[in-house]
Amino acid sequence: MILEIREKIIEKIFLLIALSSISILALIAIFIFGEGLPLIWKIGLKAFILGERWVPSKGSFGILPMIVGSFWVTNGALLLGIPLGLACAIFLCEWTPRSLAIILRPTIQLLAAIPSVIYGFWGLIVLVPLVRNYLGGPGLSILSGSLILGFMILPTIISISEDSLKALPPSYKAGALALGATHWQTIWRVMIPAAKSGIVTSVILGMGRAIGETMAMIMILGNAVKMPTSFLESARTLTTNIGIEMGYASGDHRQALFATGIVLFFIIMILNSLAIVLSRRRAR
Amino acid sequence: MKVNRTRYLTQTMAKVFIWAAALSTIAVMILILFQILAEGLPVLHLRFFLESPKNMGREGGILSTIIGTFAVTLVALLFAAPLGVGTAIFLKEYTRESQISRIIRFGTDCLAGVPSIIFGLFGFVFFVLFLNMGWSILSGGLTLAAMILPTIISTAEEAIKTIPSSYREVSYSLGGTKWQTVTRAVLPNALPGIFTGIILGVGRSIGETAAVILTAGSSLAMPTSLFSPIRTMSIHFYILAREGISMEMAYGTGAALILLVLMINSTANWLLNRYIRHRV
Amino acid sequence: MSPEKKIVIDDFSFFYDSSQALQHINLHIQSNQIFTIFGPSRSGKTTLLKSLNRLTDLIYGTRHTGAILLDGKDIYDAKRSLTQLRRRIGMVFDLPTPLPLSIYDNVAYGPKLSGLTQKRRLSEMVEKALRSAVLWEEVKDRLHTSALRLSGGQQQRLCIARILALEPEVLLLDEPCSGLDPISTASIEETLTKLKENYTIILVPHNIQQASRVADRAAFFLNSELIEEGSAYQIFARPRDKRTEDYVTGRFG
Repeated sequence: MILEIREKIIEKIFLLIALSSISILALIAIFIFGEGLPLIWKIGLKAFILGERWVPSKGSFGILPMIVGSFWVTNGALLLGIPLGLACAIFLCEWTPRSLAIILRPTIQLLAAIPSVIYGFWGLIVLVPLVRNYLGGPGLSILSGSLILGFMILPTIISISEDSLKALPPSYKAGALALGATHWQTIWRVMIPAAKSGIVTSVILGMGRAIGETMAMIMILGNAVKMPTSFLESARTLTTNIGIEMGYASGDHRQALFATGIVLFFIIMILNSLAIVLSRRRAR
Repeated sequence: MKVNRTRYLTQTMAKVFIWAAALSTIAVMILILFQILAEGLPVLHLRFFLESPKNMGREGGILSTIIGTFAVTLVALLFAAPLGVGTAIFLKEYTRESQISRIIRFGTDCLAGVPSIIFGLFGFVFFVLFLNMGWSILSGGLTLAAMILPTIISTAEEAIKTIPSSYREVSYSLGGTKWQTVTRAVLPNALPGIFTGIILGVGRSIGETAAVILTAGSSLAMPTSLFSPIRTMSIHFYILAREGISMEMAYGTGAALILLVLMINSTANWLLNRYIRHRV
Repeated sequence: MSPEKKIVIDDFSFFYDSSQALQHINLHIQSNQIFTIFGPSRSGKTTLLKSLNRLTDLIYGTRHTGAILLDGKDIYDAKRSLTQLRRRIGMVFDLPTPLPLSIYDNVAYGPKLSGLTQKRRLSEMVEKALRSAVLWEEVKDRLHTSALRLSGGQQQRLCIARILALEPEVLLLDEPCSGLDPISTASIEETLTKLKENYTIILVPHNIQQASRVADRAAFFLNSELIEEGSAYQIFARPRDKRTEDYVTGRFG
């Protein structure tokens, strides 16, 4: 009997431990909202999200420039990351001469492991001057940011897309080839559409990663707090806004940064849930 | 016959594009590493590792930042490893697919997607302010623990899943309780995989900047207790680079960071290979 | 307790979710004999075996009606210890399942679970078990090498030794010789015949020939029902039910 009671207690302890991840998530939500909501209530949600002026010293807290900045940078990153990522996934899955695959796979793992500040640094000393000299503008720009960010999200897109391509029943490929399709036609018209949901999941996760990137973007995007009108201009994203000003913000200003965090949290949660739903449906 | 030619033309173009993509990815990676290592390796003499930064980082070495990195990572592991492995054990051994397990997995997946800056905000308001720990190794480490928890949970779960169910059946049929079966038949064999997950978590902690800068501070002084503020290597690198304090020191710190990450990742990979080969 | 009633299976039915695996089984099993349960696949034999030591508890969504009595007491009684039951009734599976440990540690695994830690007693138990399983002579010089290096037949005898180390009363064996060559099979059958002097053995045989070689009593199962049971001679030479006769003579299988 004592043995049974002891086992029951152990089971309950494990349950408590297992609830830690959801508890931490709840804590994050509670405290971020706790700090940021009062400010949103104070100045109104519309004014906050659609306001075009961010001047903390005067009490102006409109984050639209940052939302647009995030939007542009993320899209730019996807423009680079999706074709490149898909191509690498296809390469790894279909066209791997032993020699290159042995190099490409660890490369991708390394890409994923390199800290973002290293990417930012390299972007700062190599990419930014290049953009400045050949394309104009300050160099610290959305373009530079997008390029670097595109590379940073490659591992995410590649690994998940490759997994979904690999998971396809071999009959798809065999059937298409038997009907006389070329290798490329098989890939483009049969395999990729079949792996669609996995690829879309990878893109969504890549998007989430891109939106959440902070340090590298602080180093490369420049700091202009205005609505971006061209790829060559400086800008801020929701994340860099927080990262830059959190060090010295106080009072309403600090609350506004937390409020920015709330907006970010929402966006990420929506993206994440989408990805989770998509991959659950895939598993079925 | 014209049709045939276009088909093969498309294929060739696609092939070229894909090869170019793969090659350019490798090329950029090499460029990045090469640039930083080339400029940074010369800076890495023994003194660099044994001295602390002097004069705001313009001179000296990176000792206090190495200690700082080590300290927060250790604290993070101390909390994340038991919680992560415990969660994995619960999910695999104590439940099956049910409402509870779905909620836990949802929480874990979402946590994995939360950006580091949000963790930084959370850590700041919760550990630094609310729990009054101040900017400290403890605050930074606990925040990092929350960040690497999902990684450890999923790798531990993978490791436990590979244990053949026959081990469990044998243990139960010999009169073992669930706890005995878990600790004697399952865990000892899942340890290599779990360890790999922990190493991956370590790798992630070392590169993490946004969350740590808001919770552990950026003091260059050597820490004296868990409540001391510290600066990690990645934060030091970031500050050096952004404030333009010293390019030489920045390159050196960057090179050290890259080498550290390389070492950790290859260890994890080597372990993974050995473990998989052992299993099969 | 009278030896005729070592195990009494009383109107026992078993369900996996909605499908019924056993229908109203009634059996008495005597001690110190080899009782075989045979029949075509999917007739419920393994389910019955696994119910006897409640390994079926590990599967979700199962339920039963009726009772199984060991020495007169219901094994499903909530007040009785499950771990104790499994030490009294040990099971050997169809594929050898050595744990990734040394030979010694495999056999000592069970006793250690029940809290035995004294080195000398453990060694004594390990040797005794290995001798009873007719494995001692072959492995006594390499007790601390990996059990995975043993041959299939040796691994199965190791699994038997593993149970014997717990000094059980009943041995359940589910097609223990599948995948083994004829020599290993013969050695295991010989071991079982020796063991029945001290244990009650319930065996699902690999085929009818094995059953007729070693069984004292036999029960024929078909489609989750017990069709017929009796002494081995009676079942195999003079079956009463036509279905039994058809199966035993090989008209279906």
